[in-house]
Amino acid sequence: MSMKSAIETFNLTKKFTTINVVDDLNLKIEQGEVFGLLGPNGAGKTTTLMMLTTLIQPTDGTALVNGYDIKKEGGKVRKSIGIVFQDPSSDDILTGYENLKLHAMLYDIPDDVVESKIREVLKLVDLEDRKKELVKNYSGGMRRRLEIARGLMHQPAVLFLDEPTLGLDPQAREHVWQYIRKLAEEKKVTIVLTTHYMEEADLLCNRIAIIDKGKIVALDTPGNLKKIIGGDIIRIKSPEPNIEAIKKLDFVKKVEMVDGTVSITVEGARRHLTKILETIGKVDSVYVREPTLNDVFLHYTGGEITDTGAEGGWAQRIMSAQTRGR
Amino acid sequence: MGAKDHECPNKRKIEMGELKAIYAMWYREIRVFFREKSRIVASIINPLFFLLIFGGGLGNIEGFGAVGGQVFVFPAIVGMTLLFTSIFFGLYIIWDRKVDFLKEVLVSPISRLSMFIGKILGGSTDSLIQATLVLVLGVFIGVQYTLLSISLTFGFMFLATTILVSIGLIMGSRMESPEGFQLITSFVVFPMFLLTLFPFDKLPLYLIPFAYMDPMTYAVDGLRGAMIGANYFPLYVDAVVLAVLAGIFIAIGTYAFQKMKI
Repeated sequence: MSMKSAIETFNLTKKFTTINVVDDLNLKIEQGEVFGLLGPNGAGKTTTLMMLTTLIQPTDGTALVNGYDIKKEGGKVRKSIGIVFQDPSSDDILTGYENLKLHAMLYDIPDDVVESKIREVLKLVDLEDRKKELVKNYSGGMRRRLEIARGLMHQPAVLFLDEPTLGLDPQAREHVWQYIRKLAEEKKVTIVLTTHYMEEADLLCNRIAIIDKGKIVALDTPGNLKKIIGGDIIRIKSPEPNIEAIKKLDFVKKVEMVDGTVSITVEGARRHLTKILETIGKVDSVYVREPTLNDVFLHYTGGEITDTGAEGGWAQRIMSAQTRGR
Repeated sequence: MGAKDHECPNKRKIEMGELKAIYAMWYREIRVFFREKSRIVASIINPLFFLLIFGGGLGNIEGFGAVGGQVFVFPAIVGMTLLFTSIFFGLYIIWDRKVDFLKEVLVSPISRLSMFIGKILGGSTDSLIQATLVLVLGVFIGVQYTLLSISLTFGFMFLATTILVSIGLIMGSRMESPEGFQLITSFVVFPMFLLTLFPFDKLPLYLIPFAYMDPMTYAVDGLRGAMIGANYFPLYVDAVVLAVLAGIFIAIGTYAFQKMKI
């Protein structure tokens, strides 16, 4: 038997009233990938995830998750996946251990392996010595780690992580990243994560789909995506930039104004920096860097992914999605 | 060929899985219940006041038959305890499905029927424990329990709480925010309770149809019959009506749960 894709979507669409929140999505995710859905808030990432995890029904199209149809085989899909929500979904009045124990019962994990499974996943996320504490005494990062551990207990073929580090402090974020990488390497589980943090997608994913307004605008490895930019970025703040002259230089790929600075895409910025500085006129400040996914996003959508903080939680969004859907 | 051999054990395995899931849901509710001790204390304060003030006051008024006002209202107060704890337990899923364990349950492979049954069992266990505490108060106002009356009482209480938790869950699964709580308390919970306070045959004519529609009428009537022998309908009628209602509400509830998203 040939290896089937972990996930394949066929014209997957979700409409809320007349707006296509997810618009005709066609996507193939192979087994063992760490796949990122990257996009700004409201791009349709979470809605896509909700459809793939059978929590909401698509308006049109469908998808296969581990070979099961999300429309017709919801139970089988759910059994074969693990989910870590954006909002906490562990019971804070129970201990970490009790949360995992309940998970084992819900997923019918055989009694004789439950204890060893719990020990194994707790070890993976370094929570062994906190397992007897109530979850309400956990920090945000610990809680997220517990939920990641829980999502793994029934050995899902695909693990969905919705904004896995949203609302975590930088240290906790680093920590969660470490575990996700460890998972991908040791457990060989397919991971699909949504994020609006460039850095996160860049660091964790082997392929990224950039999503904007419900559509995939680009899909490739982080390296290839960045190559699309075609060079490094020089940003110059200048009172009267001579943009026309810059545009005439043959090594300059692109010139545009971003936030009151001139953004110049240049092949081999270090070599050509002097020439550019000579040409542009009076310079207040200069900043040179390699392209990031943010530039890629800018390139495709004309807007930046900005961190506007917490978007409506998963729960809230499904609830409002429901009313709107009716 | 081989498929047929596999079908049976497979099916049994799924059913076992569902039973385990129901147990998991029940276990969770019980754990939470015993950890929130203030709730248990609060839940018997109200019945106590009702019994002392309301029952005490009615105790001096004629017309409640041989047993007297205070004893006559006592089953209604037990009913009230069931009513309030059960309905509000059900309504609580408005929060539950946003933040808690229920979200994790909704994405698990268990069926919505098992989910609903698990919730009912959890809620009715909570309510029954609280109602049992109230039953103990009965001893002090002169209710005499026998093994039979206690068994019948628990039977009726279980049927009642199944219906009431279902009603709460159904409403809760349709509601978007807890703002409707006050409305439900005013228009559903209180009328359901108040109608049970008085002897059925002493109700004014315009209230009779409502009393017939109120599931609590049959629950409290059953409890009155079981505890103090002051029932209006034959006990088997109460039991059958309650059992049928329980079945209907479980069916509606399972449907509501199927429609419910997180």
